[in-house]
Amino acid sequence: MATTTSNDRFGLRFYLTGFALAVLLTLVSFGLVAMDLLARTPTLILIAIAAIIQILVHLRYFLHLNFSSTPRRNVVTIAFAGVLIFIMVGGSLWIMFDLYNRMMV
Amino acid sequence: MSSDASLAVAPSAYEQPEPEAYEERAYGFWLFLMGDAILFALLFMTYMVMAGNTAGGPAGKDLFDLSNTFTETMVLLFSSITFGFATLAMKAGHRGALLAWMFVTVLLGASFVGLEYREFTGMIAQGAGPDRSGFLSAFFTLVGMHGLHVSFGLAWILIMASQVVVKGLTVPVVSRVSRLALFWHFLDIIWVAIFSVVYLPGIL
Repeated sequence: MATTTSNDRFGLRFYLTGFALAVLLTLVSFGLVAMDLLARTPTLILIAIAAIIQILVHLRYFLHLNFSSTPRRNVVTIAFAGVLIFIMVGGSLWIMFDLYNRMMV
Repeated sequence: MSSDASLAVAPSAYEQPEPEAYEERAYGFWLFLMGDAILFALLFMTYMVMAGNTAGGPAGKDLFDLSNTFTETMVLLFSSITFGFATLAMKAGHRGALLAWMFVTVLLGASFVGLEYREFTGMIAQGAGPDRSGFLSAFFTLVGMHGLHVSFGLAWILIMASQVVVKGLTVPVVSRVSRLALFWHFLDIIWVAIFSVVYLPGIL
């Protein structure tokens, strides 16, 4: 297995698997909204979960990101960007909605 | 990069083997993509803060159309897989197939931009332009920024297709097309976040 080339590893099957998973997750999200099966909050939570899984599917199957062949510093860079996004987006939302509640209530 | 290598100032020290140069450039492009991801993340944050501020104007429920959003989503997803086929054709050395798949990708990408343009002009025509409310300003900034990226991506695909025609599948051209592939797949990821954060909660 160690001698497989990147061509075999990221071949047609690999792309099609990713595409099938992406279509499936997209259908789940849109189906939940179109059929209006659940209450608002559980629907939003399921959409968020489907979106996170779909983003991971795209990263793995289309951008070929993984923990074995991707250079380590690329993975570290992505993790660092993730931390920055978490701090900036999470922190801003925390501040803005806290402010909103203090102004309105 | 050991200290021995840095001491050797022979010209050959600067002539790096191409695979390594490819890795360096791919890494540089990842840095750009992560910067772009942070830009989009902050626009998403702005949208989430502003989503409720409709100033008495139309909300997402009145403006967004589920079937149009679904069409846009599928068109962009298909353009991602066709670029995947283009990458496979390039790795196999099939120049004609690569150009054909790039052409299909451009058609799908242009359809996406066309659908978005129609959606935007329709909204502006009914008085729901970016000047109507904070919600709409944030909406047009975020979704418009993505549309702008897709438009630049289309121009880039056309430029690379002409390089494939003129220069052929040389090592630098293949390396550039690989980075273009990263960019194009990255834009699809941003769109997943857009329909999950903007359209679906808005319609719900």
